[in-house]
Amino acid sequence: MPPLNDPLREGERLLVICNACRYCEGYCAVFPAMERRRVFSDADLKYMANLCHNCSECYYACQYAPPHEYAVNLPRTLAEIRVQSYQQYAWPERLARACQKNWLVAALMLLVGLTAAICGGAALGQGGGILISPGAGQFYRIIPHHVMVGSFGVVSLLVLLVLLAGFVRFWRETGEGFRALLHGKALARGLGDAFTLRYMSSAGAGCTYPNEERSMSRRWFHHLTFYGFVLCFASTSVAAFYSNVLGWAAPYGYLSAPVILGTLGGIGLLIGPAGLLLLKWRRNRETGDPGQSGMDTSFMALLFLVSLTGLLLLALRGTSAMGILLAIHLGAVMALFLTFPYGKFVHGIYRSAALVRNALEHERQGVEAGR
Amino acid sequence: MMENYPSFDVVIAGAGNAALGAALTAAERGARVVVLESSPQEFRGGNSRHTRNFRCMHDAPTNVQTEAYKEDEYFTDLMRVTGGQTNEELARMTIRESPKCFDWMKSQGVRFQPSLSGTLHLGRTNAFFLGGGKALMNSYFAAARKRGITVLYDTEVIGLDIAGGVFRGVTVQQKKGEPFQIKGRALVCAAGGFESNLEWLREAWGPPAENFIVRGTRYNRGKVLKLLLEQGVEQIGDPTQCHAVAVDGRAPQYDGGIVTRLDCVPLGIVVNNRGERFYDEGEDLWPKRYAIWGRMVAEQPDQIAFSIIDSQVIGRFMPSIFPAIRANSIGELAAKLGLPVDAVLATVERYNRSVVPGRFDHNKLDDCRTEGLTPQKSHWALAIDQPPFFGYPLRPGITFTYLAVKVNCKAAVLMQDGRAARNILAAGEIMAGNILGKGYLAGLGMTIGIVFGRIAGEEAARAAAE
Repeated sequence: MPPLNDPLREGERLLVICNACRYCEGYCAVFPAMERRRVFSDADLKYMANLCHNCSECYYACQYAPPHEYAVNLPRTLAEIRVQSYQQYAWPERLARACQKNWLVAALMLLVGLTAAICGGAALGQGGGILISPGAGQFYRIIPHHVMVGSFGVVSLLVLLVLLAGFVRFWRETGEGFRALLHGKALARGLGDAFTLRYMSSAGAGCTYPNEERSMSRRWFHHLTFYGFVLCFASTSVAAFYSNVLGWAAPYGYLSAPVILGTLGGIGLLIGPAGLLLLKWRRNRETGDPGQSGMDTSFMALLFLVSLTGLLLLALRGTSAMGILLAIHLGAVMALFLTFPYGKFVHGIYRSAALVRNALEHERQGVEAGR
Repeated sequence: MMENYPSFDVVIAGAGNAALGAALTAAERGARVVVLESSPQEFRGGNSRHTRNFRCMHDAPTNVQTEAYKEDEYFTDLMRVTGGQTNEELARMTIRESPKCFDWMKSQGVRFQPSLSGTLHLGRTNAFFLGGGKALMNSYFAAARKRGITVLYDTEVIGLDIAGGVFRGVTVQQKKGEPFQIKGRALVCAAGGFESNLEWLREAWGPPAENFIVRGTRYNRGKVLKLLLEQGVEQIGDPTQCHAVAVDGRAPQYDGGIVTRLDCVPLGIVVNNRGERFYDEGEDLWPKRYAIWGRMVAEQPDQIAFSIIDSQVIGRFMPSIFPAIRANSIGELAAKLGLPVDAVLATVERYNRSVVPGRFDHNKLDDCRTEGLTPQKSHWALAIDQPPFFGYPLRPGITFTYLAVKVNCKAAVLMQDGRAARNILAAGEIMAGNILGKGYLAGLGMTIGIVFGRIAGEEAARAAAE
């Protein structure tokens, strides 16, 4: 039974081996999910691929890992299936595939293009000098308030719709109904597993990432990244509330809620992505999908850049650098938003959805066992 | 290489559970230790890499074992499978030491888990390694690195320097390189049995050995065992016997491990290549009987047999990695399996006719049996009449050999004159025959390995310090 080229067929081959062995069932949710099945449809494989956190624990423990002739490398194959599923669920699918071909170029072009557009727009509207001497904290002189709110509002809405469509496609393909999402216990457990990164700790011992030595570093860096992002999002939301409802115009004081939230989140978003990139650099390349490197790197680099420019903007908002910094910052944020549905960001959606589904299956199994 | 590794306190031949238990224990006592592993790094760990648990005594439930499993029950189980072929002193000591080993293994970074699904019958008696035996070995090797133990891979012991019963060094060879010497003040032999040595198996079994599949490592070639016997060490255990189970005939020659097993035997009938049944497939629950089928198949012509089931029982046994051979009639299935069609048809027809009605229950000794059939099928006998029909080829799959060097309770090997060697210790499969004269008890090999490994490590460190 030699390895197969098509990731889905290879995944099927591997899970048949894994399901006869089962030594890894204590590691994560993938193996109990596998044991609930005898045959593995493409939908099952995509679901299990999205359950996998790529900790690589099962690879190191595997008596059939290469150079054994069975050549079992589940983390890599599931990673390959996962990225395929991201593209398949994205809308339009073609755009996701195009980005996948060269993520770094795509992200860079987007970033430069958007920044240039903002600069150009500002220069056209206000005259070129505005970028060089914008006036302390006068953000809306660079980009008028209604333009900023309007463009980000429209883009956010579109992105949200595309992400929702992806989730709907994923959920439908698993065969679950949407009413199942109202199962409170399963929902709480699944989202709890997602928000605590339960399967990135290997039961408290740390997982085998970036290499065989156990470590909690990936989990902490991910927490910093995710919760940093949440704080930044909260900061922006509060600021929008101040500005649009209360009518308090930016800039806000250093001790105001938006600035404190944004600063804390920004620090998380600096350390988190930098740490994850560092770990990625050091990781055992055997257990990952080399084809995803661009997607992962561009996502983390954009997050880092958004945070860096945001913090610089805060520090230098009273200086003449503010104009250019604002343009770069907004360009980076817009680039990040636009790449959300086609890049690494979607892993959060499908991972969480897979964990909720896993919790649902777990609950049903319990009900059956109790009967 | 010779200049880099001239001399150590303790030399360990082998790198499985027993060997690393000895290495880590000796290093804990301050000894400078070298581990000699004949396999490349990727296949290190001998047969331990294929295991998943060890049998552990306990007086009260633990976080991974249920209820209690006390010394007397453990010993009774051992007496039952060995038919009394055991050394009671060594056996009881092993049993009593097992819970201490559990704690010690955890202190080395080994992680445990409750029994795997499909192995509930072992949830009380055995402690399972999280991730299985290779994960166990990875933990040991990580601990060994922290302790500064030298591990040499691709390094085979080809000679022992023993004078007057005292060990002085080993001759080793790395791949096809020049042999060289490693000096040592004590030797721990933990290099396994000879089950992967086809020539040796042929000596014991004759030509049928050609058709055996080795379930575990290809590196257990019995070299160290043979060297010890040549040096006048006393042997114990039947040199012609091995533990063998029935595995899928499509399994690889070596290292197929757990996934090549086939659990469907009690759910159907088994015929040899003449299309005849030869043993009661439903004699007892499968976990108690799977281990006799290796020998049973080995005794059939061409050492092959075929399990035949129908669609009624599909999904009732652990999945196999090999697809079943499928047909819509018994005749077609026989032809696909390469069996004499008329003979198989007659066997199935005779069997179906002698099945008496009963209530089928796969999980207990039910009352579905045959009447007036030889050999009879005592349980789970359902007529094989629901197409499609399925077949699996079976081959003998060797797990380990019984031939061992004799040891005392300090793990010292005994010479033919009855004296214990001063600085030569043995642990693991190479001495398991002292306790396990025949039969098998799931997880006992690993228990013997770690108990004697730790004793051997301690004694080796002591001998080296003298």
